[in-house]
Amino acid sequence: MATFEYAPAPESRAVVDIAPSYGLFIDGEFTEAADGKVFKTVSPSTEEVLSEIAQAGEADVDRAVKAARKAFEKWSALPGSERAKYLFRIARIIQERSRELAVLETLDNGKPIKETRDADLPLVAAHFFYYAGWADKLDHAGFGANPQPLGVAGQVIPWNFPLLMLAWKIAPALATGNTVVLKPAETTPLSALFFADICRQAGLPKGVVNILPGYGDSGAALVAHPDVNKVAFTGSTAVGKAIARQVAGTTKKVTLELGGKGANIVFDDAPIDQAVEGIVTGIFFNQGQVCCAGSRLLVQESIQDELLDSLKRRLSTLRLGDPLDKNTDIGAINSAEQLSRITTLVEQGEAEGAERWSPSCELPSSGYWFAPTLFTNVTQAHTIARDEIFGPVLSVLTFRTPEEAVAKANNSQYGLSAGIWTEKGSRILAVASKLRAGVIWSNTFNKFDPTSPFGGYKESGFGREGGRHGLEAYLDV
Amino acid sequence: MSDRLSVFKTYKLYVGGKFPRSESGRVYEVTDSKGKWLANAPQASRKDARDAVVAARKAFGGWSGATAYNRGQILYRIAEMLEGRKDQFVREVADAEGLSKSKAAAVVDAAIDRWVWYAGWTDKIAQVVGGANPVAGPYFNLSSPEPTGVVTVLAPQESSFLGLISVVAPVIATGNTVIVIASENSPLPALSLGEVLATSDLPGGVVNVLSGKTAEIAAPLAAHQDVNAIDLAGADEVLAKDLEIAAADNLKRVLRPQPVDYTETPGTERLTAFLETKTVWHPTGSLGVGGSSY
Repeated sequence: MATFEYAPAPESRAVVDIAPSYGLFIDGEFTEAADGKVFKTVSPSTEEVLSEIAQAGEADVDRAVKAARKAFEKWSALPGSERAKYLFRIARIIQERSRELAVLETLDNGKPIKETRDADLPLVAAHFFYYAGWADKLDHAGFGANPQPLGVAGQVIPWNFPLLMLAWKIAPALATGNTVVLKPAETTPLSALFFADICRQAGLPKGVVNILPGYGDSGAALVAHPDVNKVAFTGSTAVGKAIARQVAGTTKKVTLELGGKGANIVFDDAPIDQAVEGIVTGIFFNQGQVCCAGSRLLVQESIQDELLDSLKRRLSTLRLGDPLDKNTDIGAINSAEQLSRITTLVEQGEAEGAERWSPSCELPSSGYWFAPTLFTNVTQAHTIARDEIFGPVLSVLTFRTPEEAVAKANNSQYGLSAGIWTEKGSRILAVASKLRAGVIWSNTFNKFDPTSPFGGYKESGFGREGGRHGLEAYLDV
Repeated sequence: MSDRLSVFKTYKLYVGGKFPRSESGRVYEVTDSKGKWLANAPQASRKDARDAVVAARKAFGGWSGATAYNRGQILYRIAEMLEGRKDQFVREVADAEGLSKSKAAAVVDAAIDRWVWYAGWTDKIAQVVGGANPVAGPYFNLSSPEPTGVVTVLAPQESSFLGLISVVAPVIATGNTVIVIASENSPLPALSLGEVLATSDLPGGVVNVLSGKTAEIAAPLAAHQDVNAIDLAGADEVLAKDLEIAAADNLKRVLRPQPVDYTETPGTERLTAFLETKTVWHPTGSLGVGGSSY
């Protein structure tokens, strides 16, 4: 098959300058944690220590919330058109520095440069650009005249799209006049700290954006802080439920963007080659560490063999390795912890009787890696058909009728995404209307856009991010 | 006339389009504002609550799948049926809330008009809160609202009829089904409303009315894994917090209690509180060069 070998094509690291240590970003300044705690962030593809990061504790959370509260008065009183210009500035600086940020993100997260360069970073800039334009048009957003900001937003984001999740949180919050305390994930703090520098370059008033790297306890302290008016969280359903309990009885407004077990449904009349590309994008984009991943493939029984043959052939051509190489399709798993979670679930899949397959694939000797994997002979009762794996693992189930496909797709505690592959328009619309999921991709998968609302049904969370809908989460409406 | 002994009504629950007594066999005394006995109301149990969830879930597919026009027709039909039984409800509301006959009549009029208001919303809300999204790529992208599912509603404790209708109508207008817990001390107008709903072409199970101790009935519903959302309008602060914690178990959508003047024309908040946004993408393909010049 491999007639031609690929020559290495690494993106240069020289474009990014990572300091040996970073502080917390509070009130416009980088500062040490009150208790002096630090943690290390490593490159998941090599286990190289990239930098040492100050770790926020309760006292730091309090300091940051106070700074945000103080900044809120002026920021919220600023004319929307002025807030807009700050956001436009930020969007432009992100565009200017996008290669640097892409390389940084790839180093800290482990995902391929192809993705950070072509997906994450363009979407980050676009998100700021989109919400910048809303800042002075909120009267026209459909929430009545003169909708008001909530105050201080406490935001906790995951490690799978560090800078993109930051953009999804910060852009609408600032556009609507809120101020922000954001906690990036402990394995991927760097791009958020670089963003702090971008805020300084943009001249953003002190305290409007505060960045507090740390672990789960820092996030919990932020959510619990009595002077936080809004909680926005993206992450696991278990933590989302804990947050929902924590804010009970308060006036805090909450949006939760949680797990998923997306069904990618392929009907017998689907264009097979396109569907295969969509399945690959659906579950192997970002090593499957995507809440809206199409992690359950539902294929119509009559085309199962043909589709799986094509899919396996395609998986054999995926290139796993150095995330900075421009030809890499599959990068590293984000952390040792995540790798062990994936490994455990995959072993459970085998133990419960599903059939495991991976293309022959050499894994690098250092770093955290997992080969693209698919399971056949999966039933709905299997753990790998129910639990979110958050890794490059596809569970294949079959169906005979559209009704059965819908029933199986909806048989999940989650309801974030789904895919439909068929050439028949009426079937797309009929199935789409029956699926209990917030985002439906028909004849495509894993497409994102700042204008397009994103978010789940059921235990995938509530509230929407993106689009006009995304404003509601940050307004007193 | 005065010699004739009147016939008392046995008040019953309204579940799945039927009028059962509480399976527990319990009733409790309902009095007017002066403490005079009015009737015995069924004191619904945890089992009644679970039966109501089953009925509401069963009704959800049909009701959410009905056309918005059809739902509007049925909500308007409820207004028509109420208008015809106005005298009965004026009497019940006057007794329940200690109002004069003319004040009670104003409340019932407002309640009827509220059904009419929401009847008109059924086929408009999707246009107001949904829409096309101009994504930067060759994709058709449409966001539409869909009902959240089975919703538990704790009806307001004071406004036993207008308040009740103001919290139930918006939930079903958009295609949800509902289990409503009537005002604990004044459940009779709510129970009688069941009789109106049963004769208004509203499919059984779309609205289920329970009476009894609010906290006792609400607890299993807040924790129920097949309930998707809860409106805490009729809960006090302590109960609201407990129920919100229980509701987190399956991430129910929670509408917290807030001060509401039910005589005012409502906004859209109660419609949108129990809607999900579904966004569907599809490639648009391309016919080649640019747009048409014509």
